[in-house]
Amino acid sequence: MTTQQPTAAPAETIELERAVVRHWKAPISYAVLTVVALVLMVLLARDGDARLRLASGSDFFQIPDALLPARATGVVIVVLLALLTAYAAWAAATVRRVGVWLPIAFGVLFVLGFLTWAGAGAMIPIAGLLFATVGLSVPLIFGAMGGVISERAGVVNIAIEAQLLGGAFTGAVVGSATGSTIVGLLAAMVAAVLVSMVLAVFAIRYFVEQVIVGVVLNVLIAGLTNFLYSSLLTDNPALNSPERLPKLPIPVLESIPLLGPALFKQSIIVYAMYIIVPLIAWGLFKTTWGLRLRAIGEHPLAADTVGIRVTRLRFWNVSLAGAVAGLGGAYFTLDSNGAFTREMTAGLGYIALAAVIFGQWHPIKATAAALLFGFASALQQTLGAIGSPVPSEFMLMLPYVVTILAVAGFIGQSRAPAASGKPYIKQ
Amino acid sequence: MTLELQGITKRFGALTANDHIDLEVRAGEIHCLLGENGAGKSTLMNVLYGLYQADEGQILLDGEVQRFAGPGDAMRAGIGMVHQHFMLIPVFTVAENVLLGHERALGGLAGAKQKVREISDRFGFHIDPDARIEDLPVGVQQRVEIIKALSQDAKVLVFDEPTAVLTPQETDELMAIMQQLRDEGTAIVFITHKLREVRAIADRITVIRLGKVVGEASPDSSTTELASMMVGRPVELTVQKQPPVLTDNQLEVSGLTVLDAIGQKVVNDVSFSVRGGEVLCIAGVQGNGQTELTEAILGLQPKATGSIRLNGRELLGKSVRDVLDAGVGFVPEDRKVDGLVGEYSIAENLMLDRYRGAPFVSAGTVDRGARDEFAAEKLGAFDIRAQDIHTRVGTLSGGNQQKVVLARELGRPLALFVASQPTRGLDVGSIEFVHSQIIATRDAGIPVIVVSTELDEVVGLADRIAVMYRGGIVGIVPAATSRDSLGLMMAGERPAAAEGAAA
Repeated sequence: MTTQQPTAAPAETIELERAVVRHWKAPISYAVLTVVALVLMVLLARDGDARLRLASGSDFFQIPDALLPARATGVVIVVLLALLTAYAAWAAATVRRVGVWLPIAFGVLFVLGFLTWAGAGAMIPIAGLLFATVGLSVPLIFGAMGGVISERAGVVNIAIEAQLLGGAFTGAVVGSATGSTIVGLLAAMVAAVLVSMVLAVFAIRYFVEQVIVGVVLNVLIAGLTNFLYSSLLTDNPALNSPERLPKLPIPVLESIPLLGPALFKQSIIVYAMYIIVPLIAWGLFKTTWGLRLRAIGEHPLAADTVGIRVTRLRFWNVSLAGAVAGLGGAYFTLDSNGAFTREMTAGLGYIALAAVIFGQWHPIKATAAALLFGFASALQQTLGAIGSPVPSEFMLMLPYVVTILAVAGFIGQSRAPAASGKPYIKQ
Repeated sequence: MTLELQGITKRFGALTANDHIDLEVRAGEIHCLLGENGAGKSTLMNVLYGLYQADEGQILLDGEVQRFAGPGDAMRAGIGMVHQHFMLIPVFTVAENVLLGHERALGGLAGAKQKVREISDRFGFHIDPDARIEDLPVGVQQRVEIIKALSQDAKVLVFDEPTAVLTPQETDELMAIMQQLRDEGTAIVFITHKLREVRAIADRITVIRLGKVVGEASPDSSTTELASMMVGRPVELTVQKQPPVLTDNQLEVSGLTVLDAIGQKVVNDVSFSVRGGEVLCIAGVQGNGQTELTEAILGLQPKATGSIRLNGRELLGKSVRDVLDAGVGFVPEDRKVDGLVGEYSIAENLMLDRYRGAPFVSAGTVDRGARDEFAAEKLGAFDIRAQDIHTRVGTLSGGNQQKVVLARELGRPLALFVASQPTRGLDVGSIEFVHSQIIATRDAGIPVIVVSTELDEVVGLADRIAVMYRGGIVGIVPAATSRDSLGLMMAGERPAAAEGAAA
C-alpha cells in the first residue's frame, strides 16, 4: 500500500449565506393560464370531437387518428393544469426547485387542450403542424446562430433582420440570373456578410453605438430591397424566379411516423442547419476559436494582454455571423417561398434576437427557443386554416405574445457576455 | 535576464505621464518602483508590456533593443505581468484562463490543467484548474495571474500594485512567493505606494514623482525618508487627533441584513452603534459587504431588513431624500460614478442635493447668486484647486474632485457622516486634507463611519474598528488592536474578546 500525501485541498470558493427567497412568478403565471383554460375549455366548451391526424402518407405504419371529445378532454386537461399549478405553488412555498419538466408538461397540456377546443368538429393535421414548425423555424435558427456568434464576440447584432433580408433578396436575384440555386445560396451568404461588415466597421473601428448601427442597417436594407424590388424585379420577373432547392428525402428516416417528414424531407439548407448548430455549439465551448471568441466578448482587455488581436478577431467573427444568417435569408427565396417579396422577413430577425436572449447565448438553447417561436407561428397558421373560433387578428399575435412572455420571464436570469455591446477602445 | 528601460517618455495629450524614465532590473532581484497615485507607475508598466506605445525611449532585454507592438510580443520576450485589475475572464475556469492565447503551445486544455497543477505544486498554491474564476476569492485569483505569467516562462515579472486587494496575511504570503521567485532567478518589478511593503522586500528602490525618476533609495531608508522622497516634501504620516469626546448623538444599527438580486445575504445580521464624537472604521477586504452596508444606511438598497436608528428615528425604509434630510452626509465609494456629475460645474455639483428650496432655489429657479457665493466660499475653505467655480468637475484631479464631494456633504448641518473609501486613488496631500476633515467632523460631535480597505488609514482614523467578512461583522475592536489580529479578522477569524461578536 502506498502512503499518499493528502492531495491539495480544493481551492476555497466564495459562498455567501443565502436567504430564503420564494419565487411566486411561475405559480402565478400557471394559475392565470389555468384560469384561461378553465374559461375556454370548460365554461365556453364546444361540442364535437377534435380529430388529431398523426400520420402522413409514407410512414412505416399508420398511427390512427386520435379522436378527442372536446368537452371531456377540456375538463381533464383543466384538472391536470390545476394540479400542476398546485404543485408549482407548493414547491415555491417550500422553496423547492422544480425541474424543467414542469413548464414543458404544462405547455404541452395547454396546447393540447387549446387544439382540442379550437379544433372541435374539425381535423387537425399534427404531422403538418410539425412540418410547418420546422419550416418556419429555419430562418429563425440561422438568424439566432448569427446572433449568438456575434454577441459572444462582443458585438450586439440587431442587424439580423437586415442580414436575412439582404440574403433573401440577393439569393433570389443571383439564383434567377445564374440559374443555379447553389450560386444563389452563396451569393446570399456574401450579401449578409457585407451587411455584417458594415456593422463591424462602424461598431469596432469607429465605436458607433452598436444598437443604432444595427437599427439603421435594418431600415437601410429594407428600403434598398424595396426600391430594387419595385424598380427592377417587378418589370423583370425573370430575375425573381429562382429555381427552388429540391427536397431531398432521406430514405428510411423520412418514414418515421410523425417526425420523419418534418425533419427528413427537407432541402439542403435544413440539413446544413442540422450540422451547423451542433458544430457551433462544439466550436464555442471546445475549440481554440470558441475560447478566444468568448474571451473577447467577456473581457477584451484580458484577451489583449495575452496577445489576442481583439479588433481583428471581432471583425471576422461578426462577418462569420453574417454568413450564417445569410443562409437563413436564402431559405426564404430559395426554399420556402420561391420569390422575393417586399420585406418578406417581416421582423423575424428581431424574433431571432429574442431567441438568442431566451436561449441564453447558447446555440442549442437558442435553437430550442427558435423552435418554440416557430411552433407558435405554425399553430397560428394551422388554426387559421381550419377556421378557429378565435379571431384571426388574435391568432396573428400569438408568436409575438409567446416571444414577449418568454423574454420577459427569462431576461433577468440569463447573463449576456459581459462586454457585449461595448466597443474595445485601446489607448 | 536583465531588463533596461532607457528614457521612456509617454504623453497623453498635454499630460506627460512618463518623462525620460530610466530603470534597470537584473535577474534575481526585486526592484521596487515607488510612487504616489498618479505618478505614472502604471503607465510605465503598460509601455513595458506593449499595451501603450512609448513616444520616446527604448526597452532593452540583455542589451538588445526590443520592439513591442502588443502584449503578445512582450510575453514572447519573457515579460510577464500581474495586473492590478486582474486580466482574468470571470466565467472561464482557471485552466481556460491559462490556456487562452497559448492554445497550441500548452497543448490544449489537458496541457493547461497539467501546467496549472505543476506550478501550483511548486509554490504550494492549492488551486483547482477546473474552478471558475468568479467563484474564487481575490487572493486566489491573483495566484492564477501569477500562474498565467509563469506558464509562459516569464523571466521578468511585473507586479502592479498587487497588495491593494489582499488581506495582510495574503500580502505576507505574496511576499514569500515573490522571494521564492527571486531566488529562482526571476527579475521582479514591484510597483507600489505602500512604504511598509517596499522596506520589507525590496533589493533596490526607484522613486518616481510626477512622471520623473527622482532617485534611488536604499532599502534601509526609514518610512519618513521614503515618504518625503515620494511626495517631495516632509509628510506627516500619522493622523493627529485627540481622545474622543462622546456626545449623545447616536446611530444604532441592529440586525441589518441586505439581500442581493439572487437572494444572497451580502450584509448578514449586522449590529453596531456609533456615538457622536467617535469614528467607527469598517475594515475588511473589498467586496465583503461594506458597500452594501453604507448603501443600506443611505436607503439605496431595496432588500434590507433590520433597523437603522439615528438619534432614535428609524431610517430603514425611508427614501434617500428623507435620509439626506435627516442629516446624513455620504461620501460614496466611487466619486466619479456616484459622487459627482462630471459634466456639471463645481458650483452646480455643490448644490446637487439641495435643489428643493432655500437657500439655492426659490420659486422653481436656481438663485445663481446664492449658489455662486456658496461655491466661492467652499472653493477657498476646502482648498479646491480649480480655475474658478464654473470649472467642469470632470476635468479636476481625483483629489480636487474628492474635496468637492466633501465640501458638499459637510456643507450642511449633519447628524451622521458616512465616508466610503474616502482617500482611494488620492495623492498624499489630499489624503492629509481628507483625514483632517474627517477628524474635524468627529470633533464637532457627529457620529462618523469610515469604510476603508487600507489598514493604515483604518488604524490612523479609528476610535473603534469593525471588521467585515462575507457580509457579517467579525468583531468590533479598539483602535489599538494589532495589525496581525486585524488581519486575521479580515480573513474571518473571530478575535478572542470583541464586543461585536456577542452583540
